[in-house]
Amino acid sequence: MSKLTWRRGGHTAPVAKPEPVERGASKAEMLGRLRDALADNRPPRAEVDRSYRRERDAGTDLVGRFAERVADYRARVLRADSSDLVETAAALLREAGVRRLVVPPGERLAWLAATGVELVYDDPPLTVTQLDAAEGVATECAVAVAETGTIVLDGGPDQGRRALSLLPDYHLCVVRAEQLVGTVPEAVARLDPYRPQTWISGPSATSDIELDRVEGVHGPRRLHVLLLA
Amino acid sequence: MTSVQPYPRAVEPRPPEPTFLGMPPFPEAARTALSDAQLRANLRKATHTIRARRQAVVDELPDWERLRAAGAAIKDDVLAHLPRYLEQLEASVTAAGGTVHWARDADEANAIVVDIVRAHGVDEVVKIKSMATQEIDLNNALGRAGIAAWETDLAEMIVQLGHDLPSHLLVPAIHKNRREIRDVFVAEMGRVGRPAPAGLTERPADLAEAARLHLREKFLSAKVAISGGNFAVAETGTVCVVESEGNGRMCLTLPDVLVTVLGIEKLVPRWEDLEVFLQLLPRSSTGERMNPYTSMWTGVTDGDGPRHFHLVLLDNGRSDVLADPVGRQALRCIRCSACLNVCPVYERVGGHAYGSVYPGPIGAILTPQLRGLNQHDVDAQTASLPYASTLCGACFEACPVLIDIPQILTRQRAQLTDLGRGPAHHAEKAAMRAVDWAFGQPWRLGLAQHAASFSRHVVGRKGRIGKVPRLLGGPLGRWTAARDAPAPPSESFRSWHKRTAGGLEEP
Ligand code: SF4
Repeated sequence: MSKLTWRRGGHTAPVAKPEPVERGASKAEMLGRLRDALADNRPPRAEVDRSYRRERDAGTDLVGRFAERVADYRARVLRADSSDLVETAAALLREAGVRRLVVPPGERLAWLAATGVELVYDDPPLTVTQLDAAEGVATECAVAVAETGTIVLDGGPDQGRRALSLLPDYHLCVVRAEQLVGTVPEAVARLDPYRPQTWISGPSATSDIELDRVEGVHGPRRLHVLLLA
Repeated sequence: MTSVQPYPRAVEPRPPEPTFLGMPPFPEAARTALSDAQLRANLRKATHTIRARRQAVVDELPDWERLRAAGAAIKDDVLAHLPRYLEQLEASVTAAGGTVHWARDADEANAIVVDIVRAHGVDEVVKIKSMATQEIDLNNALGRAGIAAWETDLAEMIVQLGHDLPSHLLVPAIHKNRREIRDVFVAEMGRVGRPAPAGLTERPADLAEAARLHLREKFLSAKVAISGGNFAVAETGTVCVVESEGNGRMCLTLPDVLVTVLGIEKLVPRWEDLEVFLQLLPRSSTGERMNPYTSMWTGVTDGDGPRHFHLVLLDNGRSDVLADPVGRQALRCIRCSACLNVCPVYERVGGHAYGSVYPGPIGAILTPQLRGLNQHDVDAQTASLPYASTLCGACFEACPVLIDIPQILTRQRAQLTDLGRGPAHHAEKAAMRAVDWAFGQPWRLGLAQHAASFSRHVVGRKGRIGKVPRLLGGPLGRWTAARDAPAPPSESFRSWHKRTAGGLEEP
């Protein structure tokens, strides 16, 4: 700490030692102020009316809706069943031009080797530089939301840690029928808040330039979804 | 594939970043903006695009009105029991391995963050766009402590590289078009790291690629990240960040240390409450069914993400807002920016005219409350904000948490009248006239048409004031004079207000 000095804007004076922060005092004062603010005119107790739709409408074609909504984000989505799973995955990977694929530790995605790509297991954990240089990554997901075309990763064994699906430029996500739900409330109900979550809706994008949507900034620029249903 | 290349971290010392301190009152700033044809064209195009998109995805949900009502009720519940929920949040974050800090004002929050960064022995941090850290002017506080803070959100980076000020909650560089953005990248990227690729075009995809390359090295080497938060769940300690580009995920996942600065109104009581806000927010803000990335974490997780997590709970005037039974609605705000995008005044004058990190209708009601409107020495800039509106009500109709913005504006006008600062006062009258002017009598702008535009001429390349046009006397002259001074001290609005007698005496 002592070696830190001003080094910007031509200043040379040493950094003044900050006042010790009296944590307890700040907390007590903040809570006191808030209690005072509420003392005379506390808002009437508001019941939260949860009559909004918590479940999908009966008769929704979950698989069809999900595929359509994912495609709306300009992500690629293909359906497969157990008979043409490997073939379909191979087609997607060929299209992406990916020959080496990072996968989470464990055997859940070992079947991808049959597509002819080389699998690189995150075990022992790859460095960020290795991940950054990787062509692509494959994961499964915890939940997928049909109405919004969202996949949710929660660090489960078929998904791995968060950096895995972030640094490589290509992400292949395998979604199984039993992971599909209709609405956001159904997804929230299924998920465990104590697990780190990433909700992914299409490839990385920005609208910061004239509010024009551009796919691909920092996250994977291509997202392929393989829908096993 | 991107490879990490060793570019100089900071080729030359960074000048202090511009702040809104000492901005002229709304009418002057609005007139300057109105005279800038490029700015008006940029804004018009952007706001109209987003309005249509928002409407389409809102209309798609049959239960939109019920979601809005639920969102408002959840936030009212939070506000009514804020002390209890804050203590609950502290307990659950602590139980999950995080550390919670309480900050009464901007100075205290900045000191806490600086201490944490120093304790980890680093002199640069990566940042996710956050209104709370802009509000407390954290970047300049870090700068004074010798710590470089790199904004990683594309628009925020455009603002930072261009030594500019944000003008929109969500798209802070909305006032810049693609050509202007390209010019900023070409001129500035090389000064702070990897230069813009040779022959960079103004295609948005190429500009995004330039940002990706420029920031990669910073993400991969950063030890400390600083974020805001969209929501924090009291019962579980879960913090939620909603974003688009993936820069948020980089900051939240790769560094060893994560510091999140959170306004105390960002709480929700229960995990299931997120099911409401994760529908309201993306549809209202970017007009998407869902934003590309939402991250949620609870404390720290072994082998995944940062090993140290600090949560700084920020008051900075919010407890005063809470005391006002009408005005407190503003604390429901989830910063979606729908009210800006539908506002006819914002569309014409842009964000800078509001003189605060919170622009548009929400800024017009929140800024005066955070600064304290019930004071006789309220400064002219703050006092002008409640008049920066036609009271057309479009903001209320769009607001996903039913904040009655016109009601609050009307109340604030009455409060000013009670202080003898009502529309009889010349500054407030001028604000109302500026709003009238905004609706199509540009020939009445007179002198202002010759004035340099705020964003491209007044603030020079190095964050210093270029030539101040001679025609700009009065408040804008004072404002530029203030900005030419060396780094203004970081301070809360309240202490700034006291020190400068409400901006009437410049420091
Ligand atoms: S006031 Fe309402 S519409 Fe405006 S930013 Fe806040 S939540 Fe969105």
